[in-house]
Amino acid sequence: MISLNVVIAGLVAGSMYGLLALGYHITWIVSNTVNFSQGASLMVGAVLGYVLHVRYGLPLAAAALATLILCALLGWLIQRCIVAPFAKSGSIAWLMSTIAFGIILENAVMLSFGKESRSMPSALSETPLRWFGSGIYPIELVIPVVGVACAIGLTIFLKTTLLGKALLAAAQNRDAALLQGIAVPRLVSLAYMVSTALAGLAGLLIAPKTNVYAGMGVLFGLKAFAVAIIGGIDSAVGVIVAGFLYGLIEATIAASMPTAYREIIGFSLVIVVLAIKPEGLFGRRTTQKV
Amino acid sequence: MSSSISSSHTRRTFLLTTGTLMVGLAVASYADAAEPEAVKIGLVAALSGNSALSGEAITRGMSIAIDEINAHGGVMGGRKLVLVRRDDESNPSKGQLAARELIEKEHVAIVFGGIDTPVSAALVNVMQELKRPYMGVWAAGTGITHNGKTPNYMFRVSAVDERVDLAMMKYAHKSYSTSKPGAILVNNPWGESNQKGLEKAAAELKMPLAGVEKYGANDVDITPQLSRLKAAGADSLILVGNAAPAAQVMKSLERMDWQVPVVSHWGISGGRFNELAGPRYKDVRFMQTYSFFGKQNPVGVKVLAELKKRYPEIKGPEDILAPVGVANSYDAMMLTALALNAAKSTDGDELREGFYKIPNYTGLIKTYKKPFKIGDNDALEDADYIWVRYDGKNALPVVQ
Repeated sequence: MISLNVVIAGLVAGSMYGLLALGYHITWIVSNTVNFSQGASLMVGAVLGYVLHVRYGLPLAAAALATLILCALLGWLIQRCIVAPFAKSGSIAWLMSTIAFGIILENAVMLSFGKESRSMPSALSETPLRWFGSGIYPIELVIPVVGVACAIGLTIFLKTTLLGKALLAAAQNRDAALLQGIAVPRLVSLAYMVSTALAGLAGLLIAPKTNVYAGMGVLFGLKAFAVAIIGGIDSAVGVIVAGFLYGLIEATIAASMPTAYREIIGFSLVIVVLAIKPEGLFGRRTTQKV
Repeated sequence: MSSSISSSHTRRTFLLTTGTLMVGLAVASYADAAEPEAVKIGLVAALSGNSALSGEAITRGMSIAIDEINAHGGVMGGRKLVLVRRDDESNPSKGQLAARELIEKEHVAIVFGGIDTPVSAALVNVMQELKRPYMGVWAAGTGITHNGKTPNYMFRVSAVDERVDLAMMKYAHKSYSTSKPGAILVNNPWGESNQKGLEKAAAELKMPLAGVEKYGANDVDITPQLSRLKAAGADSLILVGNAAPAAQVMKSLERMDWQVPVVSHWGISGGRFNELAGPRYKDVRFMQTYSFFGKQNPVGVKVLAELKKRYPEIKGPEDILAPVGVANSYDAMMLTALALNAAKSTDGDELREGFYKIPNYTGLIKTYKKPFKIGDNDALEDADYIWVRYDGKNALPVVQ
């Protein structure tokens, strides 16, 4: 039963996964580390947006801007305090420390914001548009557009700006970049700031649909990492395309069989892709000299 | 000389101490004779976390009843009641530990339970093993009281899932002339328990279900499941789920522009359903055991006045948080006092028997006539449920 609603639902979920997966991609290419608290960062974006807009009465645009800045600062904090101390020594303990930080964030929000879901008011999610017998909320059209725009914007930024080229240089050869005078540690911090801001943006966008609550980012974070793996974590285009594919597959499964099958088939797909194409659908096969 | 002073000082101290002790013991024994030992009533409920509000509501209902009973001379010829609370944190193992501690160390006569069916279900074996009655005042899981145990120590003054399922089907038929309702249930053990109840009710009423669909607690688009029910010819929906996920069902109905009557279990009353569900929140009719809105019976007038007196934030019915928790626990405490009087003992077996000897009692929810019978330890019937709808944050009774 593939209707316009199913396609839209797939694109909306897919663009959320894509935005978060872009965050995984950016930090990976620059520092070979990822922030496993991306899901919690999405939740922080939604909660901050709600608090600033609903509780403190800031206009939506100002609240969104402040949220993105605060999320970027959170990203800087994560890189400096949660990732760098472990990554410097070559340890992979950053993996556990970022997961732990995500759990801390979630519980801190439960304590301060409460466990109850709250509704994020948005003019774009009040009345559905009626097209071809389907009802579509305007926010559901905005989300995929923003997702694609972010991917295109990031690609243009990386390919055309000096800072972007420096990021790519650091990604290709960290030592050579350092010898060329590129401040690699600062670029890594910047990558984490952009990554967490993207998660915050995803949280702001999805909040009117999912409502705002402390646990809202857990499944998103996990699925976004699956998407990054499927798409190829070193390919920006790959993770966005994989995000849309994953979202569409999920929506199609949900439309045609009991919802439990959605996660069974979705995560089985990850295992199949890893077995057949370990570098991901769009990733580059790398060889390592020994 | 100094030795003689010291000796006389020691003797005097000894006599003084002994005398004081003897007077103290005499006063204590006199006080014991004047003030019979209090009867401890245990409560194991969620007092912190997401469901803390439910524990507070139960405490309020029980406290008002206990103070009223004590003001009228207590139970069993003058013994006062004392409430002893423990927090189960909505965790079954913590609930089991708390119930054991209350029974074995505090020697409570009975344990009252809270909102969580998993905790209450986990207490069945504990109460049966320690032979101490349990009184459920919220959790509606059918298996809590219908547990196959003989003798059965589990009593309840609250809704029962199986009876709610039957009541929802009857209400849908009577109010919306439905003949083919569709069930949309949250995908967890509670949803499964209600699926069984609804299928049983459908067979009993000879009113087949158009279909049974499940949705995840985190799903944001339930259009596919609802579309399947619509295609199967559902002419009403029976909704089971807590406020946030059930709100997504209403949003999906709005998206589909499907104007269909929705009858719901009371799960939606535990959150901000009116805020989360969008404009269709008003369309849902759901069950409660009591409402402080509308004309009150004399007990209702008394309890409402007491709530306002004790809690200054309560100006009217709209300020009473979780009214079913207050009402169920008030009546359950009153019935327990009657059972203690009938048993004339706090012994677990005698008190269990006492529940079957309760005389007629006019309570807050209804007039109870032999509320408990051997084989049926639930005091409320499906006919006792009332139907309400949200208007803003207020759950107003529906005029039938």
